[in-house]
This record gives sequence, structure tokens and C-alpha cells, in this order.
Amino acid sequence: MSARRPLPRWADIALLPAINLAMAFLVSGLVVLMIGENPLQAIEVIIYGAFGYGDGLGYTLYYATNFVFTGLAVAVAAHAGLFNIGGDGQAYIAGIGAIVAALALDHTHWLLAMPVAIIAAGAIGGLWAFVPGYLQAKRGSHVVITTIMFNFIASAVMVYTVNRILKPATTMAPESETIEIAGRVPQLRQFISFFGYSPVNLSIVIAILALIGVYILIWHTKFGFAMRTLGQNPTASRYAGISNSRMIMITMTISGALAGMVAINEVMGVQNRLVLDYVAGAGFVGIAVALMGRNHPVGIALAALLFGALYQGGQELQFVIPAVTREMIVVIQALVILFTGAMEGLFRPSLERAFMLLSPEQKAGAIARETAKSES
Amino acid sequence: MDIGVIISMLDATLRLSTPLLLACLAGLYSERAGLFDIGLEGKMLAAAFGAAAIAAVTGSMWLGLLAGMAVSLSTALLQGVAAITLRGNQLIAGVAINMLAAGLTTFLGQTWFHQGGRTPALGAGGRFGVITLPFANELSGVPILGPIYADLISGHYILVYIAFVMVPITAYVLYRTRFGLRLRAVGENPKAVDTAGISVIALRYQAVIITGLLCGLAGAYFSIAQGSGFGNNMTAGKGYIALAALIFAKWRPVPAMFTCLLFGFLDALQIRLQSTSLPFIGEVPVQAIQALPYVLTVVLLAGFIGKAVGPKAGGVPYVKER
Repeated sequence: MSARRPLPRWADIALLPAINLAMAFLVSGLVVLMIGENPLQAIEVIIYGAFGYGDGLGYTLYYATNFVFTGLAVAVAAHAGLFNIGGDGQAYIAGIGAIVAALALDHTHWLLAMPVAIIAAGAIGGLWAFVPGYLQAKRGSHVVITTIMFNFIASAVMVYTVNRILKPATTMAPESETIEIAGRVPQLRQFISFFGYSPVNLSIVIAILALIGVYILIWHTKFGFAMRTLGQNPTASRYAGISNSRMIMITMTISGALAGMVAINEVMGVQNRLVLDYVAGAGFVGIAVALMGRNHPVGIALAALLFGALYQGGQELQFVIPAVTREMIVVIQALVILFTGAMEGLFRPSLERAFMLLSPEQKAGAIARETAKSES
Repeated sequence: MDIGVIISMLDATLRLSTPLLLACLAGLYSERAGLFDIGLEGKMLAAAFGAAAIAAVTGSMWLGLLAGMAVSLSTALLQGVAAITLRGNQLIAGVAINMLAAGLTTFLGQTWFHQGGRTPALGAGGRFGVITLPFANELSGVPILGPIYADLISGHYILVYIAFVMVPITAYVLYRTRFGLRLRAVGENPKAVDTAGISVIALRYQAVIITGLLCGLAGAYFSIAQGSGFGNNMTAGKGYIALAALIFAKWRPVPAMFTCLLFGFLDALQIRLQSTSLPFIGEVPVQAIQALPYVLTVVLLAGFIGKAVGPKAGGVPYVKER
């Protein structure tokens, strides 16, 4: 029982997540069945709605862009052993940076406005994560609790900022001035008419670059090595001469900056102004995405695509099957987090046992142990 | 400011701090047993829905209350299985519970009642009424003490009184009973408890059950006492404020009560100050007051005003054989 062997690599990164995902979908299917609808039809609608035509695919990619950013934010922190639950707040508050840069440079060119906005949004998002990082590193407050609190503080700050500072006197709605020209990130539909009216924009390129960048950072730099060492064993990293507190602060800042990129996609790519609550829980989807994607950029890209498809397909779903509302997607998301994150222990032991019995040399060992146990 | 205004403010404070207090005490049992619980919000929300749904269908507030507690209890047990038996990450389990409750309540509400996720408005029997304490009317004429008794202490829902009675009970259980001693020990050093021949797993499940029941009361308060029916996301982050209060109170019952009263007062103040103008300040930025509980908690956690150190074994699943 105690002599358990770790799973083969492919089973660990592909089979187990697949089983957990299947469980999440199975339970979701039961919920749909329970209210008297056909889960198979629901899946069909979701798949068609998400991938079946240009607009749908465009929306899927637009949602996936957000989830890549928030998923990477959670994953980067996770590699250093930190749980950044504040992606939502970091993405939200970064909107201030994006809107200020976009409005200030609205009469230049997007090739100038976009990089400046990326830096501004990244800086503010990063700052919003740096503070919890600093407090964890230097003052010992738990980063989870602090980032939760910072989500709420961010939302209060944003209501104030939008209503009192950014809202033009002439409008009633709580939103900033509209970005007219250069501050808008070009839409993919301007180049590829296939995407119809969907809001997928050049931010997706930033998302792809971020995926590659995070891969290089974590597995091919000294910094990434230090990060992973800290995550695996803080004592070992300290003895190796790594400054743990410095690593925590830098990692959190990177994490927050990644979450802040959601603001580029939303503020400059879709809304063209700063509105309240535009993040709409994307930060929490990031937790599910990172868990499912095993904190690896390839996994995150796939998981983000899956959740993008669920969000877009879920929109279609309520037109076709009115009884199955959008909230079903939140339920699926929660079940994915539950099964792949919190209840991973449900299938791992039995899977490990199954693999032990399957491989011949381990089977011999297992049988020997069993007989020894029964004899004693 | 005359006494009437003060009393009405304090009255609102009591009403607003009740669910905070119930959820905060709920969290106290789990966290003292070494289980981080960021799923208070989800359990309250689930309970609010369960209570309102059953009260709407049966027309009975008591059945509603029972249903709310049952729903919250089963949610807590699900979280418990993930965190205790399967030794999963307690924080992730909490996140999942919160999300599950947010999605499922709206989804089922829409499916069952077709009112955009709300439950039908409750009639007289389906909702708790306020309790007038004995002699409240007769004594209201007495200067100062009369209004305090009649308007502030009397005239609340039964759950308000239950919440405040739970404070000394929790303090007694925690500090004066064998169970409380074991509970605190299991949160600090589970191995010691295990060595003494007491089941860590059983103790933690007991804590989870109490947490579930108390969250059930808190959730029911939202939908069948304070409100008359369930609305989307009606707990609106109160579970997180309760968590903040728990940390602020350093995981102790009596300070938890005062913290919840403080946070409740801030909430009442914020509602009262909305779109009013004060001299010198102009229109009060209510967002600043809304953010205050969170800011205070961050400042406290950072050790700038005292130091909040949680139970030592918090967040770590217990593994028996080492």
C-alpha cells in the first residue's frame, strides 16, 4: 500500500486529467439530465456554437485569449509554490493602465499605443500582485488571503475611478471615454473576413507570445529554475543561495502582469472603453485552466481553448435549449476545478494500482508483497 | 445627532452583522481544526437558495431553514471529503465550492422557478418575522433605556438572537470542553492528537459538520429572514468578509463578534452615507468604506497592527503513516 509507484509520465499529464475532466462532464451531464434535457444534444450545440462557423470560432478564440492570460498568471505563481487567487482583481485594475495609455495615444498609431498600453496594464496588474507578494515575502501574510482581499479592494477602487475620474461629465453610464482610433487593437476580422463580427483581435498574438515566453522563462532560464526550486522545496532553494523573498515578489509581479493583459484584450480590443466588471470572472477561470493544463503552456493553451469553447458554446446553448442557461458553464467550470484540483486523490491511487498490476516486473513485486502480507 | 438616528444605525448594524457573525463562527470551527475554508461564501449561497426554494414550495419557514442547513451541510461534507479524506488542496476545494454554488443556484433557480434565477417571493408563513421581546412596547416610553430596549434589542429575527447566543456557546465549547481542546489541538498539532489515540479525521469531519450547519443558518438569514426569496448571488461576497473578520479576530469567538459588529457597522454606514454630502469632504466616497474591512484585514495580516497567526496545521492534509 505504501510502496506506491508514480504514474508513467503520459498517464500523469494526459490520462489522469482526461479522467477527471470526463468526471466533471459526466456530473454536468447528470445535472442536465436531471432537469429533463438531453446532455448529448447540449454537447452538440456547444461544439457547433464554438467551432462550427466563423463568428463562433472567433468568439471562442476571444474568450480563450483571456483565459490564456489568467491561466498563465496562476501557473507562473504555482511553479513558485504560490496560489495567486487574485487574477480577477489584477486583470480588472490593469484596465486603468490600458485605458489611460489608449486614450493618451489615441491619435498616434496602434503600433505605438498597443506596446505602451501593454506596459502600462502590465505594470498596474503587476503592482497589484506585487503588494501581496511583498507582504508574503517580508511580513508573512498568506498570499491567498491577501489576494482575495485585493480582489475586493480592486473592485471598490475601480468603481471609484471609473465614476469619479474617468467618466466624462456628459455621460450617465459608468464608463470612460471611448477610444476612437489608434488606441484600438486591430481586429482579426479586418484581415480575415471568416471571423464575421466576432471580437477576436491581435491580443491573441500577445497571448501566444506569452505562452512561449512563459515556457522559456520556466524551463530555460536560471530564474525559472530558481522559481521551480522554490516551489518544490523552499528550504533547498534557500540553501542554494536563492533569495526566496525576492523570488516571491518577482514571481507575483510577473503573474499579475500576465493577468493584466486581459485588459488589453477587453478594453482595447472589445469594449473600446473602460466599463465596470469587464473581467467577469476570467481570473477564476484561470484557476481551472491552470489546474487542467498542469501549469504547462501547452496544457494551458488547450484548456483555455476548451473553456473558451464552453463560454461561447454556452451562449448558443441558451438559445437552442432555453432551460440550460449560461450558468451551466459556471457549474462545469466548478466541477473541473473540483475534480482536477481538489479531488485529484479520487482516481490517482486506483490508477497507480492499475498501472502497477499492468506492468510485469511490478506485478511480480506486488504479488510477492501480497503473499508476504497474507502469510504474516 | 439624536438618539433615534444612533439607535437606527446600531439596529442596522445588528441586522447586517448577523450573517457575518454566523459565517465567521462557522469558519472558526473548521479553521481551528486545521482546515482553511474559503468556501464560506459558497455554502451560504447554497443555503440561501435551498432555504428560499423549500420555503417557497412548502410555505414553511422552518422547513426552509432545515433545507438551507441540509444543503449547506452536504456542501460542507463534499468539501470535507475533498480536503480531508482525499487530502486535496483545501483552498482549491473552497474555490470550487464557491463557483459551484454560484452556478448551480442560479441554474436550478431558473429551471425550477423561471424567474431569472430568483425564487418566488415568500408569503407570511414562509419568512421569519421579527420578534418583539416582552414589555418592549410598555417600556418604550422610558427615556434612553426605553428606546434602546424597544428599538435596538427587541424587534429582530430569531436568527439574530441565535447568532449572538452562539458566541458564548462557541467560546465555552472551544475553551471549556474536551471537544474544544481536541479541536484546537488538531489545528495546531494533529500528530499529537493522533498519538493520544483520537481520530484526526473524525474531529475534522465534526468541525466541518458544525461549519456546514452554521453556514446554513447564515444563508437562510439572507433569503428567508432579511430578504423574502433568493436572488442571484445574494450573499454578495459576505462570506469573504466573514473570512476577513475571522482573521481579524485572530480565530477567537468573542473578538469575532466585535469584528463582525464593526464590519456590519461599516456596511450600515456605507448604506446611510450613499449620495449624502458631508461638510469639507463633499460627497463621501462610499467605496472607501466598502473597501475598509478588506484593507483593515490586509494591514492586520501584514502585522502592522498586532499579528494574526492562524492555526499552525491549517491547510495541511493529515497523513497518518509517515
